[in-house]
This record gives sequence, C-alpha cells and structure tokens, in this order.
Amino acid sequence: MAVDIRIDPYLVPALDGVAYGLLVFVAAAGLVLCFGVAGILNLAHGTLYAIGGYTAAALMDGGWPSLLLALAVGVVAATAAGALVAGLLTRVAARSHLTQALLTFGLALVGGSLLVAAFGPDDPPVRVPAALDGSVAVAGHRYAAYRLVFIVVAAVLAGLLHLAVRRTRAGMLVRAAVDDAEMVAVLGVNPAWIRVGVLAVAGALAGAAGVLGAPIIGPGPDTADGVLLLSLVVVVLGGLGSMTGTLLAALAVGQIQTLGVALAPSAAPFLLFAAMAAVLAVRARGLATARRAS
Amino acid sequence: MRDEAVRALRRGVAVLVLAGLLLAPWAVDDYTVALLARTLALGLVGVSVALLTGVAGLPTLGQTAPYAAGAYASAVVGSRLSDVGVVHLAVAAAAGAALAAATVPLVVAARGVIVLMITLAVGELAVTVVGRWRSVTGGTDGLAGVPPVRPLWGLPVLATDRARYLYALVVVAVLVGAVLLILRTRVGLLLRAGRDDEARLRASGHRVAAHVAAAHVAAGAVAGAAGSLLVVAQQFVSPADFGFDTSALLLLGVVVGGVASVGGALVGTAVVIAARDWLFGVLPGHAPLVLGVAFVVTVYLLPGDAHRPPGVRGRLLPGRPPRPADPAAERPSPTGARA
Repeated sequence: MAVDIRIDPYLVPALDGVAYGLLVFVAAAGLVLCFGVAGILNLAHGTLYAIGGYTAAALMDGGWPSLLLALAVGVVAATAAGALVAGLLTRVAARSHLTQALLTFGLALVGGSLLVAAFGPDDPPVRVPAALDGSVAVAGHRYAAYRLVFIVVAAVLAGLLHLAVRRTRAGMLVRAAVDDAEMVAVLGVNPAWIRVGVLAVAGALAGAAGVLGAPIIGPGPDTADGVLLLSLVVVVLGGLGSMTGTLLAALAVGQIQTLGVALAPSAAPFLLFAAMAAVLAVRARGLATARRAS
Repeated sequence: MRDEAVRALRRGVAVLVLAGLLLAPWAVDDYTVALLARTLALGLVGVSVALLTGVAGLPTLGQTAPYAAGAYASAVVGSRLSDVGVVHLAVAAAAGAALAAATVPLVVAARGVIVLMITLAVGELAVTVVGRWRSVTGGTDGLAGVPPVRPLWGLPVLATDRARYLYALVVVAVLVGAVLLILRTRVGLLLRAGRDDEARLRASGHRVAAHVAAAHVAAGAVAGAAGSLLVVAQQFVSPADFGFDTSALLLLGVVVGGVASVGGALVGTAVVIAARDWLFGVLPGHAPLVLGVAFVVTVYLLPGDAHRPPGVRGRLLPGRPPRPADPAAERPSPTGARA
C-alpha cells in the first residue's frame, strides 16, 4: 500500500512521457536517416513536422475518415516538402556542410512563414476523433484515450521502421550507404537518388508524426523550432546515427520532460541540458573517432 | 600585380568602413544609432564564430550560448554590483569563457557537421534554460532597466545612444585588434595548420585537441564580451536576443564575409543583421519569408568551394576567384586528400 501511494501520482506523467518520447522518436527518426545516410543536417526538419500538424488541425473534424484523410494529406505534403529540400540540396551537396545548414535554415524560414500566412499566427485547436475524445481508466486514473492509442500506433510505427531498415532491400541500401557510399555507387545505385529518397522518407515520418502527434505537440509558429530542438537532442543523445539509441534517448527525454518536471520542478529546466552533457562527455570521444574513421 | 591591387582595395574598403563607423552616429537618428550599437555587438559574436568556424575549423551554431551567458552576467552585475563598463566586460568575458570551457568536452573531439549539430543543441538548450530560470534571468520577460554604465572608474555614465555606440565601437575595435594580432602569431599558424591537416600536425607532436579547446574558450570569452556590449546598447536583455535565427544569421554573415577572415566576419555579420533589421522595418509580417529566400539565394550565389581548403584567409569579397599566388594553393600537401 505504501508503495502504491508513492508511485501512484507519477503514473500519469510517466505514461505521458512514453507518449511524448515515442512522438519525438518518430519525428527524430527522419533526422537520423538524413544525418546518417547523407550527412545532412536538415534544419527544416521541424517545419516538416509543422506541415503535418497544421494539416491535422485543418482537416480533422472529429471523425475517423477525416483522421485518415489528414494522415494521407499530411504525409504526402511533408514527403513532397522533403523531396523538395533534397532537390534544392543536390546543387550544393558537393559543398561544405555550412552551405547545407544555411540552405535548410533558409527553407525553414520560408516554410514557417508560408505556414503562418496560410493558417494564421495562432495555435489552431486540433480535434481528435470523437471515439477517442474521452478518457479511460488506467490503474484507477483517468487517462486520455487518444494518448493511449497513440502510444500503440507510434510503437507499431517504430517497429515497422525497424523492420524496414533491417529487413528490406531499401533499408539495406540505406545502411550500406551509411557505411560506404562510394561502394553503393559502384554497385549502380545513384547516391543522389538515395539522398532524395531518404529525405522524402524523413519528410513522410515527420509528416506522420505531425498529424498523429498534433494533439500532443500541437501546430503553431513555435512548433518547428521546438520539434527540431527535441529531435536534435534525441539524435545527439542516441549516438548520432543509431536507431535503437535514438529510440532509447527519445523515451528518456520523454520521461525527463514529464516525470522530471513532476518530480523536481525547480531542476526541470536543467535536466535536459545535464542529460546531454553527461552522455556526450562520456561518449563524445568514441563517437568522434568512429565517425572520422568511417 | 593583381595581388597588390586586391590588397590595396581591401585596405581601402577597411578604411572606408572604419570612417563610416566613426561618423555614423552624427549622420543618423538616435534609434538607428542604438540599432547600430547592437549590430556591433552581434558583429563581435560573428568574429567569435569566424574564429571557430574559419580559423579553428569547428563550424558552430552555438555561439549564442556564451553570448547569452555574457549578456546575463553583465546585466546582473550591472543591476546589483557595479556600473563600470570594464568590470562588466571582464565578468561577461569570464562567464562566456566558463560556459565555453564547460562545453569543451562536447565539442572538441567532434568535427564537421557533428559540431554543427552539437553546438546548435547546446545553444538552443542554453536559451531554454535562460527562458525558464526566472529568479536570475527574469524568464521570457527578460531583464529590463539595466542602469547605464560608465566606461572606467571616474568617467561619466553613458547617457546617450551616441555615447553608448562609441563605447561599443571602441571595445569592438580593441577586441578585434587583439584577435587579429594574436592570429598573426604562432598561435594563429598552429590553429590554421590544425584545421588544414590535423593528422600531420599531430604527427609532428602538437596537441591539436588542446589548441582547439583553447580556441573554443577564447571564442567564448569574445562572445561573452559581446553580450556585455548588447546589454550596454539596449539596456535590456531577453531570450529573444539569442534565438536559433540569430545563430543562423551569424553563420550566414560569417560565410558571406569569408569564413576565415575576422574582419570579413565583422562586416558580413553587420551587413546581414542590418539587412534583417531593415527588412523587419519595411516589410512587417513578410520579413521571415524574404529573409529565408535571401538565405537560399545567397547559398546559390556563393562561389563553389568544394576543393578548396575550408577558408582562404582574407577573403573579403565573395565571388572573386582565388588568388593565383595563394600560398595555400602552392603548399605541397603530403597527405593530399585532406583538403
């Protein structure tokens, strides 16, 4: 009984943390792919998420068909945006990563500005399907049904992603391109197409995360920056290129952002920073040498 | 021949810029003078970015972190302890250097795009912390009403925008001069050598990691001092001054100015920031769109520099082909592939 009392108040934040962490993982997975395969730091990644979020806010009206429609439109739009980024990058891809960063940041500014022009400067409300609008009982607590379903869906997405990277031919090519892009080119696969494909897939993932995650991290003028920062932190914490590491890091960040705030409100602002500093200080050397050797 | 002409042109541009900067406060209104003073502070941060990106070879998006540390340290000292500008500068530089030193283990071992990523995360997290640490930083409201400073003990306080601008100009000139002088010594040579061929330098017994760490701390100190200038210039500081867009604008300014050129970084950053301020004035609401397009266009217009060493020193004007007599181009490269 005593144990129950101590754990009980933290159950809801912990569940929230899982939902949050999985959302951040799906959003960040695209960034890992871009970074690992093409060596591109896509600063417009948060904008791709925002495209999905705004689509959800505009199309979802409380019914299931609208959710599916929003998902389809959001994913297609974000995929197209990702492919557009890749297309614009091909001309400068041979240059330094500085120009890549500047180009993608410029695209993020343009994209954010267009989104605000189209949907207004406020944070639009997002309507989840009516069947999921209520709450369900979890171990004696009321918990938002949508978030529970989201946890399941995001876990399935993460699993599918893992299978796609590990088991399909496309995933094999992507992993091969990470290890030795020149060798893949010799095998007859155009590296430029791999880059376009990876950025498009990254856009699709970010778009899906944006639509499904809109009730959790909603669309708004600050969404793109926030999601980009969280994804960056997660990618860096996860070891810059490892999917499993990114998943673990995303779940940890989710707990820090929810459970951490509940447990230690005064220290909460520093927790994320401290976690990153700790992990990097331990791992930075190994990481950098591994990168340089490859 | 061509070399001399270019050198003369560069000198002429430098003299013109300096004269313009000195005379500017008498040519424009007070509001613009205040904006110019803030632009000078950002130009100094640009110098610290160039120091890391161009000279030491660590492309950074996170110099806003020591900049913010310096600004808040300066504002806190100004409101509670002292109104002497030199003290502010020293405290701010120390704060920036301390933050940079704390992040050395994260940055020093990494290279290339990883540094961009890590520094961006560090800078953004620093801004997040600043926005939430209400007891010291005032949160997102910022710290307002920082009392005006006096440059040295016994001097009058800087009461007008013009005086504050001239103070900022003097400090920037002294610090940039110091950076330029230091880069002319062995220190600068070692840093550039480490950037161009790290393996070779390490093989000859130099501790490249220590050089890079020292450069990182020094750049942090410069950015911190710039933070103090920002507080002097606008007597107000808030997290909005250190956002992600500021980092990107600084990087754009440094790239436009020629990554390894300290003077070019100052001019490039000032031009980019001035263009931003002007755009926000004439096109309220559409400025981010135009600014974003400007980023994209700039990237396409920059000369292709795929097979050149990361920075050719002294490149002030983009678009000019590399000088034929460039010593970097003629120097034999034993390992070949590094450049």
